[in-house]
Amino acid sequence: MPIQSRNFKAAPMIILLSLLSLPLLIMCFYLIVDTITNTQPGTLIPDEITFEHWRFLWQTTENSSANIWRVTLNTFVFSITTATTILAISLTAGYALSRLNIPFRRFFLSGLIMLHAFPTITLIIAIFLILQTLGLYDSLIGVIMVKSALELPFGIWIMKGFYDNVPWEIEMAGVQDGASRFTVWRKLVLPQVQPGMMALLVFSFLTAWSELVLPLVLAPGNKSQVLSVYLATMLADESSIDFNLMKSVGLFYVIPVIITYMIFQRKLMNIYGGGTKG
Amino acid sequence: MKIELRNFTKRFDGQAVVDNVSLTIESGEMIALLGPSGCGKSTSLFSICGIHRMDEGQLLFGDKDVTNLPSQKRNVGVVFQNYALYPHMSIFENIAFPLVVQKADRATIRRKVADIAELVQISDLLERKPANISGGQQQRTALARALIRRPDVLLLDEPLANLDAKLRLEMRSEIRRIQSETGITAILVTHDQVEAMSICDRIALMQKGKVVQLDKPREMYANPANMFVAEFLGNPPIRFMPAELHENQMIAGGAALPRPQHLKQSNLPDKINLGIRPEHFGPQFGNEISGHILAIETQGRENLYDVALSDGGVLCSIQPANDHLNPGDTIQWGIASQHLLAFDGQGERI
Ligand SMILES: Nc1ncnc2c1ncn2[C@@H]1O[C@H](COP(=O)(O)OP(=O)(O)OP(=O)(O)O)[C@@H](O)[C@H]1O
Ligand SMILES: [Mg+2]
Repeated sequence: MPIQSRNFKAAPMIILLSLLSLPLLIMCFYLIVDTITNTQPGTLIPDEITFEHWRFLWQTTENSSANIWRVTLNTFVFSITTATTILAISLTAGYALSRLNIPFRRFFLSGLIMLHAFPTITLIIAIFLILQTLGLYDSLIGVIMVKSALELPFGIWIMKGFYDNVPWEIEMAGVQDGASRFTVWRKLVLPQVQPGMMALLVFSFLTAWSELVLPLVLAPGNKSQVLSVYLATMLADESSIDFNLMKSVGLFYVIPVIITYMIFQRKLMNIYGGGTKG
Repeated sequence: MKIELRNFTKRFDGQAVVDNVSLTIESGEMIALLGPSGCGKSTSLFSICGIHRMDEGQLLFGDKDVTNLPSQKRNVGVVFQNYALYPHMSIFENIAFPLVVQKADRATIRRKVADIAELVQISDLLERKPANISGGQQQRTALARALIRRPDVLLLDEPLANLDAKLRLEMRSEIRRIQSETGITAILVTHDQVEAMSICDRIALMQKGKVVQLDKPREMYANPANMFVAEFLGNPPIRFMPAELHENQMIAGGAALPRPQHLKQSNLPDKINLGIRPEHFGPQFGNEISGHILAIETQGRENLYDVALSDGGVLCSIQPANDHLNPGDTIQWGIASQHLLAFDGQGERI
């Protein structure tokens, strides 16, 4: 069937879906509009343009004492470090689980799925106590370690799926060609799982970026605060709630996510293409 | 280089998959490991190149014992069934990879790759990726990559299985040409008897993890060691029928035939099995055997006849094409008795 006519048949469905998502679209639209305008209560049309809702960028606001740039930097450090840690460990562990004849392989595999399904929140008190004993409470390193550890089962599982799809003859050919196991992995296998690497990196970055519970509980202080916590603190302060300010912070928070998505859209689709097998 | 396997045994989960095999391959010789699926051909091959560890026995390259050397140190070139080219590298990089691993300098690599590419005739494809060349060209690339290190032995695991019929013929002679031009010792694994017979110096026929016969192709065809070998070689295959030996004659296929010259000894069992190849049964050999034609298969140059004998056995005959006969016709044909193969009750050659 030509694509043209298939699109045509899908038209009623598209219209229906558009109608259903209309409220969301309108909300998104107003989210953006509201951050740079003021609207009188009871009307929908804004009556003045202003940048005062973005004042959090150059001054500390009444809701939060943390410096936004410090917080943004923290968020980037947190997300990027977490993503690279997850990637590095998943790359090696996934390979081991997929290819090497290690003892208790089955046990590890089923353990991975279990851990992946485990709700984080049930562990939070134990983690809190551990971090405090280690002196890592309220530090970025602490949350990075915890977040990476909790995301690892997923990452390892995904990478194992990608490795499983690399034909073992390629590795055998490499070994026959005189290369060591490590060279084979680095030069012959890694290039084949590159789509998975990219996808996992972006995916881990995004989950870390949007993580709220862990930083909120484990690193709430000004020094180690991240954007999600910053936003949550504003919300929690019921005395002086400023919706437009919050919308601006929200928009500021989501922009990197949108940019990342736009750049890596295609790569992200891959994670489900390659990762489902195994 | 001369390759020698001594009492090689390989087990998987306690089960012997290759059982006490000894095999010597002379320097520059091309030998075929032939056998039905699951007989242990690939296992033997992978043990020679070091992917599998040998459970028992010894492997010698020349005078050097390589039994316990890892793959990387064995200097073996392998062509895998699906070629196992590195998809992210160009053809040049694929072929150069073994040299890059050895840290050879750029000029040497370029020169050697150019030489080998010329030998396997892919000089103008070096910039492409494996996905963008044909199956035959991938095959040539895999050969080039296996040969570039000047390995002591070249191993080929079903190298032609993934090619279409015409390419298969072409690559078959190409592999033979390249092997003889380089003078390399080679082992070809295949389950196709035509492939093995047409390009190899000798054939090792395997069955259930053992080598049942090791011989030159013609020799093995003419003098199979047992019924399994006789049946495995030759297309259309040999047919068997029971026979009774008497003083001066032999009852077979519902007819009394003179006892053949080579079956005159007196110590033979009374009941034997006769193997008759299609080219040894037909009107040109006499008229002692009667039967009727079951089916005719035309192969262009030749016709194939399935003939039901009066005692219920079926023989096959191959003859130059003609349209004299139709299914159902009765015939009176003979057997070239000097070519009859006789086997005892256990299927061993008499
Ligand atoms: N890794 C393994 N673990 C357990 N059994 C194996 C393994 N590899 C092969 N086998 C068994 O060993 C026997 C011989 O296998 P092998 O691959 O050598 O057969 P083959 O002669 O190459 O057959 P084919 O023509 O189908 O490739 C088979 O019965 C197979 O099931
Ligand atoms: Mg095989």
